Amino acid sequence: MIARLAALLLAVIAVHAAAQTPPLVAPPVAFNRATIRRGAQWFAQYCLSCHSVKWIRYDRLTRDLGFSKDAVRQQLMFPSGAHLARGMVPTLSAKDATAWFGVAPPDLTLEARLRGGAWIYTYLRSFYFDPTRPSGWNNRLFPNAAMPNVLAPISGVENAKGRLIQRGRLTPKQADQVIGAITVWLEYTSDPSKLERERLGPYALGFVVLFAVVAYLMKRAYWRDVS
Amino acid sequence: MGRLTAWVDRRFPFSVLVRTSMTEYYAPKNFNFWYFFGSLALLVFATQIISGILLLAHYQPSAKAAFNSVQSIMYDVKWGWLVRYIHTTGASLFFVVIYLHMLRGYLYGSFKRPRELLWLIGVALYVCLMGEAYFGYVLPFGNMSYWGGQVITSIIAAIPYVGGWLASVLRGSFGVGTPTLTRFVAFHAVLLPALLAVLILTHLLALHEVGSNNPDGVEIREHLDARGQPVDGIPFHPYYTVKDMFGVGVFLVVFCAIVFYAPTFHGLFIETYNFSPANPLKTPPEITPAWYLAPYYAMLRAVPNKAVGIGILFAAIIAPFLLPWLDHNPVKSSRYRPVYRWMVIVFVLTLVALGWIGMQPAIPALLPPARILLALYFLFFLSLPIVSRLEPTRPVPERISAS
Ligand code: HEC
Ligand code: HEM
Repeated sequence: MIARLAALLLAVIAVHAAAQTPPLVAPPVAFNRATIRRGAQWFAQYCLSCHSVKWIRYDRLTRDLGFSKDAVRQQLMFPSGAHLARGMVPTLSAKDATAWFGVAPPDLTLEARLRGGAWIYTYLRSFYFDPTRPSGWNNRLFPNAAMPNVLAPISGVENAKGRLIQRGRLTPKQADQVIGAITVWLEYTSDPSKLERERLGPYALGFVVLFAVVAYLMKRAYWRDVS
Repeated sequence: MGRLTAWVDRRFPFSVLVRTSMTEYYAPKNFNFWYFFGSLALLVFATQIISGILLLAHYQPSAKAAFNSVQSIMYDVKWGWLVRYIHTTGASLFFVVIYLHMLRGYLYGSFKRPRELLWLIGVALYVCLMGEAYFGYVLPFGNMSYWGGQVITSIIAAIPYVGGWLASVLRGSFGVGTPTLTRFVAFHAVLLPALLAVLILTHLLALHEVGSNNPDGVEIREHLDARGQPVDGIPFHPYYTVKDMFGVGVFLVVFCAIVFYAPTFHGLFIETYNFSPANPLKTPPEITPAWYLAPYYAMLRAVPNKAVGIGILFAAIIAPFLLPWLDHNPVKSSRYRPVYRWMVIVFVLTLVALGWIGMQPAIPALLPPARILLALYFLFFLSLPIVSRLEPTRPVPERISAS
């Protein structure tokens, strides 16, 4: 019986695991405003040319993350024609993108909700040089991904076996920090309310705990005469 | 009594209602943990109505705009995220509360004479709630909404004779699209809430007619004092109003913890695939229902033949309605029915296991256990007429044992 159950569990785990080779690694950075800000800057520089995060309006970054309006204009609003009150959308049209890559780069606003931060972090670290692909790139987590390894200049180039064949501008450790920050930025875009929730949570919980305690004391007082 | 109350009382039985349903409505003094969930169900119902109205102010029921309008609630509407998380958390906690509320009925035999009708209305409420949840689930039109909408309407289409017609009425066209959403919003925001409200009212009227059962399963109205009130009863107000307030407090702590710290609840309260828009060309890797409907999905998948599967599903939902007439034991509470108590425990574990299987990918290894569990589910109902006549019972006290 127990052996049967164990076999069953293994079968279920196998099905779940089959979908995710290589193992997913969580980003080695904390979720906080400073990291998100760094991630936003890297993202604007390396990703926003292809990917939109259309639900994030530029001006909310001043409120949520403490950027000044000028900083947003100079460091984040790269696409020409961008507007502070509009969403973060690249100038590259979906049609052009499809023509170039075969697949339109998807909007990444909700990517972290859909795939999870660990998936994104692992994906960005799983690119390798593959001369058989039209772009010259392939990905261990997402085989035959249409996206090129745009981070190669900073993180370097790996071969299919995972060996670094060309060093990047940053050490592997530093590069992981950058990729981690980009991941945390995408976690923020997938649910900006998280910052607000974590700020308000203690007050809300404190209030309802107090309510429960007072209600309990009242209950005890009223019920004293019930035998 | 204030002058306003007097004015109203000459025109409307306000004070009479307060007296007969609150201050002079007597409830057993030994209610325990399980008796918190009726009032909590009322609370969640009210929360869902209020948060639902606020969501409707921004929601747009069309295939093109629905997903975007929900995202705009999350990103652009002030406090929109809070309202939506309250509504999604409320939906799941509604089922948590209702399942515990129903389990109490199983445990203490609350479905038995004289509470059969109260029980029937309760099960009807549960069925309506499943419909309410399903229609709501489709509205945000994420990819899981879309495919969930497809799968359920195609199950309905497979019902013999009326299925095709019913499915086309629900979908409003050949596929799931704008006509489906406009219908579903009418069902989700008007028809079913109205039905639920009426059923809740009748549920409470029936309850107050027969009076509450209690963990001992003895009728307090059989022992009256000189004033004609139950000796073991206490006025609902203030005793149970303050006690229920405490229940509300604890419940709100759980509720707030989820809303503020784990609103998707690891994909259980807001499904992960619903963060991508509906896409008829992209089937999610696994189409699984929300956790609270998962046991039924597991039952459906356990049967290879679709029509038979639907028959079984139907029977599974009908079975609880029959409970008052399947159980012949005059003893109500499982406290004094050791065999029945174990049956209920196994029954609950069966449902939990079925729910777990219902949320797994459809792999063959899970088929045999699903079938065994399906059999166990029905065995509970089928064996009850026999067991309830033969099982040994422990002596039931004349009056409530202790508060
Ligand atoms: C040159 C254009 C381009 C740039 C720049 C780019 N990407 Fe991509 N990206 C793509 C394309 C095209 C795809 C679609 C891949 C596919 O589906 O095969 C993609 C896919 C992805 C995916 C997977 C989406 C999914 O779930 O299918 C993620 C995550 C992603 N990109 C993140 C990034 C990040 C982070 C950056 C910046 C470091 C970035 N991309 C820069 C073109 C680009
Ligand atoms: C919207 C859903 C529902 C609401 C708002 C609701 C509300 C209530 C309330 C306020 C009570 C009295 C307090 C208590 O006993 O906990 C009650 C009692 C009861 N309810 Fe419900 N209920 C709902 C659904 C159900 C369902 C689904 C069932 C069963 C299938 C059910 C069966 C009963 C029974 C049997 C009692 C009497 C229990 C006893 O006295 O032991 N109810 N309900």
